[in-house]
Amino acid sequence: METVKKQETKQPMQGPEKPQKKVESISPWKEAYWQLRKNKLAIVGLCIVLFFILIAALAPFITTHTVSGMNAADRLTGPSSDYWFGTDYSGRDIFTRIVYGAQISLIVGFFAVTGAMFFGSLLGIVAGYYGRWVDMLISRVFDIMLAFPSILLAIAIVAMLGPSLQNALIAIAIINIPIFGRLVRSKVISIRQEEYILAAKAQGMKSSRILIHHVLPNSTAPIIVQATLGFGVAILEAAALGFLGLGAQAPTPEWGRMLSDSRQYIQSAPWTVLFPGLSIMLVVLGFNMIGDGLRDALDPKMKS
Amino acid sequence: MLAYTIRRLLMLIPVLIGMSLITFSIIHLIPGNPAQVILGEQASPQAIASLEEQLGLNEPYFVQYGNYVAGILQGDLGTSLRTRGEISTEILPYLAATIELTIFALIFAVIVGVNAGIISAWRQNSMFDYTAMIIALVGVSMPIFWLGLMQQWVFAQELGWLPAFGRANPRDPVETTTYFYLIDTIINGRFDQWWTSFKHLILPGIALGTIPMAIIARMTRSSMLEVLRQDYMRTVEAKGSKTFTVIYRHGFKNAVIPVLTVVGLQTGTLLGGALLTETIFSWPGIGRYVYEAIGNRDYPVIQSGILVIATMFVLINLVVDLLYSYIDPRIKY
Repeated sequence: METVKKQETKQPMQGPEKPQKKVESISPWKEAYWQLRKNKLAIVGLCIVLFFILIAALAPFITTHTVSGMNAADRLTGPSSDYWFGTDYSGRDIFTRIVYGAQISLIVGFFAVTGAMFFGSLLGIVAGYYGRWVDMLISRVFDIMLAFPSILLAIAIVAMLGPSLQNALIAIAIINIPIFGRLVRSKVISIRQEEYILAAKAQGMKSSRILIHHVLPNSTAPIIVQATLGFGVAILEAAALGFLGLGAQAPTPEWGRMLSDSRQYIQSAPWTVLFPGLSIMLVVLGFNMIGDGLRDALDPKMKS
Repeated sequence: MLAYTIRRLLMLIPVLIGMSLITFSIIHLIPGNPAQVILGEQASPQAIASLEEQLGLNEPYFVQYGNYVAGILQGDLGTSLRTRGEISTEILPYLAATIELTIFALIFAVIVGVNAGIISAWRQNSMFDYTAMIIALVGVSMPIFWLGLMQQWVFAQELGWLPAFGRANPRDPVETTTYFYLIDTIINGRFDQWWTSFKHLILPGIALGTIPMAIIARMTRSSMLEVLRQDYMRTVEAKGSKTFTVIYRHGFKNAVIPVLTVVGLQTGTLLGGALLTETIFSWPGIGRYVYEAIGNRDYPVIQSGILVIATMFVLINLVVDLLYSYIDPRIKY
C-alpha cells in the first residue's frame, strides 16, 4: 500500500501530449527509458558494449586460432587475412587474444562493480539510516580510503595479496566501495526525511523492511549510473594493474598485460600495441557514453 | 574562516591516522610470514630472524604501530631493505621529480581544459564544441599508459621530435640543489639544460594531463553554460563590453567553483597516474620508486611511498577546500 503512495509523491508530472487517465502515470523508469532512447551517444555506447559482449560470448566461434598457440615462424607479422590484427612476439594471433581478452575485461569489470556496489550500498545504507556513531565510523573509513589515489590503493592491496588477476579484481572492488557507499549514504539521508518513511515508521514497520522496500528502491537510479561509469573505470584499472604486472599473469590474454608484454616491439610491430589499447579505449568509451546518457535520463537535476 | 580552517585541520587527524594504519598494515597483511615472503623461499632461518628483528616484527602489533607512528612524526620513514638508505632522504629527488611532472601536467590540463570548455560553452553546438567534447569523451576513456606508449612511438621514435625517456640528457647530468630540474638549471645558468629538461617534460606531462584535461573541459563547459544563461551576463553584454571581457571576466569568474573542485579531485588522478606515466617514460619519480620497490619486495619503501603520496593528496584537497572561500566570498563556513 505504501509503495503506491510513494510512487505518486515521487512522480514527476507527465508531458501534455497524453491527457492523464485517472491517477495512473508512467513509471519514472519508463520515462528514463524514453529519455535514453533519444540520446544518440548513449545508443552508440550501448552498441559498442553489446558488440564486445557479443564477441566475448561467441569467442570460440569467431576465432580461427588458439589463445596461446605459438607459431615461431609467424612472429610479429603484420595484419593479414590470416591474422587480422597481426601476431605478437611469440607468433600468437592478436585478434584471438583480444577476443578472449574481452571476456576477461568484462568479467573483471562485472564482478568488481557488483562487489563494490553490494558492499558499498550495504555500508552506505547502514551509515545513512542509522546515523550517529555508525555513520561517523563508516564515513571516516570511506574518507580514509578516498584519501588514497584509487590506483595507488589498489596497488597497495595487490602488494599485500600478491599479483594475480583474482587479487586485482578484489583490489578494484575494494577501492570502489567508498564511491558507492558515499553515494548511497547521501541518498539515504535525503530519503530518510521524506514523509512516506515517517508514515512507514508510524505504522510500525521494521527498519530492515523500510530499508529494503522503501530506501533501496529510491536510491537505485544513482547506483545504476555509478555502476555503469564504474564498469569502465574498473576495466581501466584492471588493465593498468595488468600493465604494471600486478594483475593478470603472462599467458593470460588480458589487454593491459598484452600491452606491457609488447611495448618493446612498438617500433617494429606497432599493431601489437595498437589493438589491445584501442580495445580498452573503445569498451571504456562505450560504458562512459551509456553512463552519461543514463545520468541525464535518470537524474534530470544533473543534466548539463 | 579561521575557525573553519582549524576545524578542517582537526578533521585531518582521523584521516591521517587511518592512512598510517593502512600503510602500516601492508606488511602485516602479507599472507604467510612477511620476512619469509620478502627474503624468498630459500632464505635461511637466521636471515629471517634477523630481518624480523630489523623490522621489529616480533613486537606486539600496537607497540609496532606506536613505533611506526613515532618514527613518522620524527620524519623517519624507515630504511630501504634494498639500498639500506634512509627512505626520508632517498625519497626527496623522486618526490621532486613527481611534483615537477604533476605540476606541468596540471598546468597543461587546466590551460587547455578550461579554454576548450569555455569556447565550447560560448559556441554551444558548433563544430568546435562537438569536436572538443568528443575529444574529451575519448580522453576520459583512454588508458594513459597506452596514450603514453603511442606518444612515445609517434613523437619520439618515428618523428624524433621529443625525448621519450628520463628527465634529462644522461650524458650531461643536471647539477641538483633543489631536485627540480627546471629550477636547478636556472640556478646553474645552464639554459641549454633547461630547454632539454623542458623537452623531457612534454610527452609524460601531456600523457598524464590528458584525463584531467578532458574532465576539466567537460566541467568548465557545463558550468559555463549555466552561467551564460544568467541575467547578469545579458546585462554585461548589453552594456557593450568586449566579448573577451564578458566571457572571461564575468563568465568564467562565476563558473570557477565547480572547476576548482574538479581540479582538486584530479590531483588524485594525477598522483595515481604518475605511477603509470613514470613507468612508461622512465621518469625517476615517486611512483616509479614505489613500483620498483614492489618488484624488489622492499616493503618499507612501498609503505612510505604510498603514505607520502596519499598525504600529498590530502593536503592538496585541504588547500582546494580553503581556496573556495577565498575565491567565492559567498561561501560561508
